[in-house]
Amino acid sequence: MIGIQHFLIVSAILFVTGVLGIFLNRKNVIIILMAIELILLSVNINLVAFSAYLGDLVGQVFAMFVLTVAAGEAAIGLAILVIYFRGRGTIAVDDINRMKG
Amino acid sequence: MSASLLLALPELILSIGAILLMLAAAWGGDGSSRGITLAAVALLVVAGAVALIAPGGHGDGFGGLYRADAFSDFAKLLIYAATAVALLIAPNYFERNGEMRAEYPVLILFSAVGMGMMVSALDLLTLYVGLELQSLAAYVLASFTRRDTRAAEAGLKYFVLGALASGILLYGISLLYGFSGTTSYGGVAQAMGGEFSAGLLFGIVFVLAGLAFKISAVPFHMWTPDVYEGAPTPVTAFFASAPKVAAMGLLVRVAVEAMGPAYDAWRQIIIFTALASIVLGAVAAIGQTSMKRLLAYSSINNVGFALIGLAAGTEAGVAATMTYMAVYIVMTLGAFLCILQMRDADGNLREGIADLSGLARTRPMLAGALMMFMFSLAGIPPLFGFWPKFLVFDAATRAGLFPLAVAGAVGSVVGAYYYLKIVKTMYFDEPAPAFAPSESPLEGGLIAVTAALISPFGYLAIPVLGGISLAAAHALF
Repeated sequence: MIGIQHFLIVSAILFVTGVLGIFLNRKNVIIILMAIELILLSVNINLVAFSAYLGDLVGQVFAMFVLTVAAGEAAIGLAILVIYFRGRGTIAVDDINRMKG
Repeated sequence: MSASLLLALPELILSIGAILLMLAAAWGGDGSSRGITLAAVALLVVAGAVALIAPGGHGDGFGGLYRADAFSDFAKLLIYAATAVALLIAPNYFERNGEMRAEYPVLILFSAVGMGMMVSALDLLTLYVGLELQSLAAYVLASFTRRDTRAAEAGLKYFVLGALASGILLYGISLLYGFSGTTSYGGVAQAMGGEFSAGLLFGIVFVLAGLAFKISAVPFHMWTPDVYEGAPTPVTAFFASAPKVAAMGLLVRVAVEAMGPAYDAWRQIIIFTALASIVLGAVAAIGQTSMKRLLAYSSINNVGFALIGLAAGTEAGVAATMTYMAVYIVMTLGAFLCILQMRDADGNLREGIADLSGLARTRPMLAGALMMFMFSLAGIPPLFGFWPKFLVFDAATRAGLFPLAVAGAVGSVVGAYYYLKIVKTMYFDEPAPAFAPSESPLEGGLIAVTAALISPFGYLAIPVLGGISLAAAHALF
């Protein structure tokens, strides 16, 4: 029987994969965008699983909002990436170092 | 329903106005950007007046998703004022490179709508939508000067780290929802008052981590110096002021209204971030050579002080935090206005601290104003920046947090070092090549107004500012 805890474990694994994808990846900014999507999807799994478990619709409505915002976020991220590529000719993570922090 | 719409009237005015201005921008092209900027400022003034008058009164709207109260009114007034300044200084800056586009005021207005929703949110859903509306507009603004590779890099860094922070916040929200069964602040607070589960604790930690990013508190501050340095200066001035107030207002409301019963759990987190922000903001700023980076660390440092008030968890503490943010945006906007004046004889922008050498001899008025902002940011009396620092320490000691207050005071002494270094550079070093004379009476006037507000005359405003802050804090408890 698949219970709420199985969904939570899957979503936690996805979340951690996404966070690691942002920090460990040294190659390509596109992979970072994919990792961000992974994080948002893990949240959606959480919300929908809780919604079904609690018998409460708010979680599913919330998941719809998250999907919409994630689409907007990806669009803006890609747009910024395009202007960055035009200026620098590369999207390798290691090259994003004009400013040192 | 109409009662709800009346409550949200400031947001409605701004969002409908912004959409109309976007149409006007598409119709009129970039030549209309100055007019659209002025129209945007007018919209902000109207929205601010509506927030002040509150024709719909105070109360909850949209089925408990949204609340208009004294707290949201005060925060919105601060946000709109700071946003208006960020709009007014933009045309002069961007037109030199021919990069003033009509999208700038529209994006700023959408950001202002998001910020208004943040401070009025009474539900985790409203919180998330408002926060994203503000952030998405901010990502674009950071890389607004498209040809500048530094701006593009700033935008990219801001986007990646901001999206990560939203993800962390959202994960926390999903946990709070799952373990309390509701997304409304009141419902979450009720669940926290009952049996306190590990899931709720994880939710609190994740939500606070996501919000700490938005106010750039340590340990989620790493984006701040890079974004502040790379973004165009008017945008940096905007980032340092209005979104800080909105995120702080949001954090305060979530902490008090949704997590109030779990005060013991989040107090330690807030104390840690406050102390870490004060110390890191003070120490890391010492080696900086760019004014914009220095002000980034200064904003990290100041957010730490503002958090001390929240850590106290009392009504007086929250009032002190709001007073702090009000005075802080005046100081930081004034400092950025001074940076905007740093142009060499060819009109190129200068940002280095070394370029300020001997400013007192070449531009004594500018040097005097910048000195006041630096002393005020350091919290040195008799300037007004001292007063909110005093209030947060007072609130902390009254709440029994003596070690926090002592550590904060020590941190402010360390921080004073780099502010004093700038004053020394301006007044005692050999003059660097003089800056081009200021052409904009508007910017000069704004510097004069901000300088007057943080001068000792600012103390005359204490009864008003204190009264509004206390009323705002009272609305939360």
